Amino acid sequence: MGKYLLRRLAINVVLVAIAASLAYLLAATTMNPRAAYEGRQPPVAEHVIDATLDAYNLNDKTPVLERYATWVSGVVTGDFGKTWNGGSVNDEMGRRIWVSLRLLLIGTVLGFVIGVALGALSAIRQYRFTDRFVGVSSFAIMAIPVFLMATLLAIATYNVNRGLGFTLIEYTGEYNPRLSGWDQLLNRVNHLILPTISLTLGSVAFYSRIQRNMMLDVLGQDFVRTAMAKGLRRRTALTKHALRTALIPSATYFAFAFGTMFTGAIFTEKIFAWHGMGAWLVDSIHQNDVNSVAAVTFFTAICVLTAAFLSDVLVAALDPRVRVS
Amino acid sequence: MSILQVRDLTVTFPGDIQAVRGVSYEVSRGEVLGIVGESGSGKSVTSLAIMGLLPRDAVVSGSVKLHDRELIGVDEDELVKVRGKSISMIFQDPLSAFTPVYTIGDQIAEAVRIHQKMAKDKAAKRAVELLDLVGIPHPDVRAKSFPHEFSGGMRQRAMIAMAIANDPDLLICDEPTTALDVTIQAQVLEVLKTAQRETGAGIVMITHDLGVIAGMADRVLVMYAGRPVEQGPVDELYYRPRMPYTMGLLASIPRIDGEEGPLVPIEGNPPSPAALPPGCPFAPRCPMRIDSCDEEEPPLTPIGGGRHVACIRSREIEHKGLTGADVFPVPVIPPSDVVRVPREQRPTVLELDGLVRHYPLMKGAVFKRRVGTVHAVDGISFDIAEGETLALVGESGCGKTTTLQQIMRLEPPQGGRVVVLGKDSAHLDRAARKSLRGDLQIVFQDPMAALDPRMPVGDIIAEPLRAHGHKDVAARVAELLSLVGLAPEHAERYPQRFSGGQRQRIGIARALALDPKLLVLDEPVSALDVSIQAGVINLLEKLKNTLGLSYLFVAHDLAVVRHLADRVAVMYLGKIAEIGAVANVYDRPAHPYTQALLSAIPLPDPEMERTRKRILLEGDLPSPADPPSGCRFRTRCPKFARLSEAERRRCVDEEPSVVRLASAADHGAACHYAEEIEVITASGDQEEK
Repeated sequence: MGKYLLRRLAINVVLVAIAASLAYLLAATTMNPRAAYEGRQPPVAEHVIDATLDAYNLNDKTPVLERYATWVSGVVTGDFGKTWNGGSVNDEMGRRIWVSLRLLLIGTVLGFVIGVALGALSAIRQYRFTDRFVGVSSFAIMAIPVFLMATLLAIATYNVNRGLGFTLIEYTGEYNPRLSGWDQLLNRVNHLILPTISLTLGSVAFYSRIQRNMMLDVLGQDFVRTAMAKGLRRRTALTKHALRTALIPSATYFAFAFGTMFTGAIFTEKIFAWHGMGAWLVDSIHQNDVNSVAAVTFFTAICVLTAAFLSDVLVAALDPRVRVS
Repeated sequence: MSILQVRDLTVTFPGDIQAVRGVSYEVSRGEVLGIVGESGSGKSVTSLAIMGLLPRDAVVSGSVKLHDRELIGVDEDELVKVRGKSISMIFQDPLSAFTPVYTIGDQIAEAVRIHQKMAKDKAAKRAVELLDLVGIPHPDVRAKSFPHEFSGGMRQRAMIAMAIANDPDLLICDEPTTALDVTIQAQVLEVLKTAQRETGAGIVMITHDLGVIAGMADRVLVMYAGRPVEQGPVDELYYRPRMPYTMGLLASIPRIDGEEGPLVPIEGNPPSPAALPPGCPFAPRCPMRIDSCDEEEPPLTPIGGGRHVACIRSREIEHKGLTGADVFPVPVIPPSDVVRVPREQRPTVLELDGLVRHYPLMKGAVFKRRVGTVHAVDGISFDIAEGETLALVGESGCGKTTTLQQIMRLEPPQGGRVVVLGKDSAHLDRAARKSLRGDLQIVFQDPMAALDPRMPVGDIIAEPLRAHGHKDVAARVAELLSLVGLAPEHAERYPQRFSGGQRQRIGIARALALDPKLLVLDEPVSALDVSIQAGVINLLEKLKNTLGLSYLFVAHDLAVVRHLADRVAVMYLGKIAEIGAVANVYDRPAHPYTQALLSAIPLPDPEMERTRKRILLEGDLPSPADPPSGCRFRTRCPKFARLSEAERRRCVDEEPSVVRLASAADHGAACHYAEEIEVITASGDQEEK
């Protein structure tokens, strides 16, 4: 087992290296960090710009492979270089990962749990009102793009707040820096409400459809009948035997959603003004920030591969049929 | 005193589908009631209704009393106290009947803990005891295994262990051995008998296999179209059936001790429960039908001796002493011209010489790796002469299907030679291979899966013709349809409009489209009900004789093989154990495996079943990835167990090859100590005693 884990790890390292290198080369050849300095008033002298860009390893006058070599030698020691204006990419990333995590963890987990529960319920009540209601709502939610949904939520909240005359629910930012202690914690929770709703709705809709199908497959199987023939109540048989088995395929989706969570919520982060990883990707592209783009891509590649590994491990943990003896 | 009383039980599904229409019976302590019927006769629905396990939209009426306590209409709180405690159920397919994600031991312990206040570790211990009782080796280790790690027979044993966990008063067995091989079936039936002795429970045994019922049941209930049509003690019912359907059923089954000659099929198909005919539901298929049969459905009336019959002509049948063969028209099958030429002078259509097929054994879903080799087919040789049927028999996993695939592939085998119609498959180019495919066709086991549901039947049959560039396809399709007993206008319909038997006929028509010389039949009748099966077997026999075909017939049902085949090859773990003319192999089997196989087959004859001595095999088929050294059968061989130490060494060290036996021209066995013995008493001998 250890040997296979190692081989798999080695393959993953190669894949990450390829993904990050391609991203770096693409960004370095197409982006123009010089633009940010050239258009300034008063104008900055060219040799000053060159010197600054050289210091950040962003000078387009240096051959791209040379810049790439410098970047690589930094990355292998854990240094992702400088942002377009000289900040540390490492510091920025270290901060933003936690922002994304705080924003997305609850929504991702909540979406999975509620989605699976609703999906299972809808399978048990197939073709009845509950099932049709869950089904129609899911499709309606899935049909609304997330940026529209988030914007609608924000507008609605704004109107509610204005109608009430005070801010009941926050709809922008992560927290109010002027508060401290418990007040700040409550304020953070308040800021989380809207983005979490917006994230959760989408994944609930998604998981409920998947789980419904998985559950329907299992419900017709003999072992559910056996469980009831043993003397288990219908409810117990359905949760302990049917749902437990039907959970295995959904777990794969969940593992991937969990892994890609950090950079998957660009719209949500932008609309609710959270400065997380997703928002960073968009911002750094705008700012011709080559090293940040490469760093985000690097991080995303690691997330995706971790997710793939996580999903295999999770399935093996849930399903004895695939375990390696 | 009866444990269970069922009175006028009816079950109706939405859409006015009357699955069960008035079933009444009683089961006493220690008694075995057999319920026989074809698929759709309502036998399984009846038992699920008793357990209260039908889907919620099913409407159940009538009365089911367990120890005088009514079970129909009571709420779940009451039912869960009965299920698994007083009544236990054993289901057909033991793989899907266990939850795949829990260990066998946990699932049995769960059954114990539902009804008995017991600590977890005690329940786990009880589960091990129960597994030991049903004959699972190393029960303490095996209790920690998951269902997929058990073989089919072991799972069914575990299922029985779970069913008797709470010492039930009644066991309902729904086709408990249908999914199992015969030698395993014999083991499981023994376990069931043990379980009954241990618990003293009454048993309701539901099956379509009249042989199994003959050996197990005290009384039998025959169901047709949702109703019992005949009921009585097992001997009476088997030897003196009084209802044409029962008579037809008994006459339509091929028997391993049976005489030659065509089988007696029951024409037509069982009625759909949504559209029952007026009057007696069997009337449209009944050769004794008179006009008054259509007027009213005959009630199940007592005729004395504990027997009940639902037929207005039962008195007449009794009076004249009619049997199925008297009543049902016996089809006439024209004899074959080819067989007049001695076998040696006929051309050989298929020759296999030391065919080998090994597969790499991969393990793990997360990390795939090769851990060994599956010896699926390990050097087998046989030949088929023109106009001959060779049957390949053996239990699942013995390599029958792999052999077929290797032949059908027409590619160079991994080892050995495959020669079809004189052409070696190793030396074929593309064009030769394609033209040879026209001479070598296959009929598949599952007629539902073998036909594309989105293609009209005419197109399905025309497909091979078009692929080989034939003209005037429509006329040929019409001709083929009438050849297999269907009407030419059926060509426009889609497969789902046909019954199982008819679909298999379509499959046969497709295989015949290119005028093949050799037809490969992969379990062609095993998915069909007995009354339908007889018709298809007769059709195959007729086609062979009139078209001069040769068959390679793969089957696990040895009774069907005896009926259809000229020669038989018994396979065990990728090797041929015994081969020869059917009469030689069946009447004087020389290999211990063949002997066990033949003795394991239940006969539809209660008297013989009770007096027969079975050769029971121990355990399961060893893994083909790790076959035993020397003789592959020695680990389960009853003969090996009786040999002296010195004699055994030869079995362990030296692999036996097929050796022709001195006493017969066409009979060989791969056993160092082959000895011909009689396993099946011919039915004639029995009567003389």
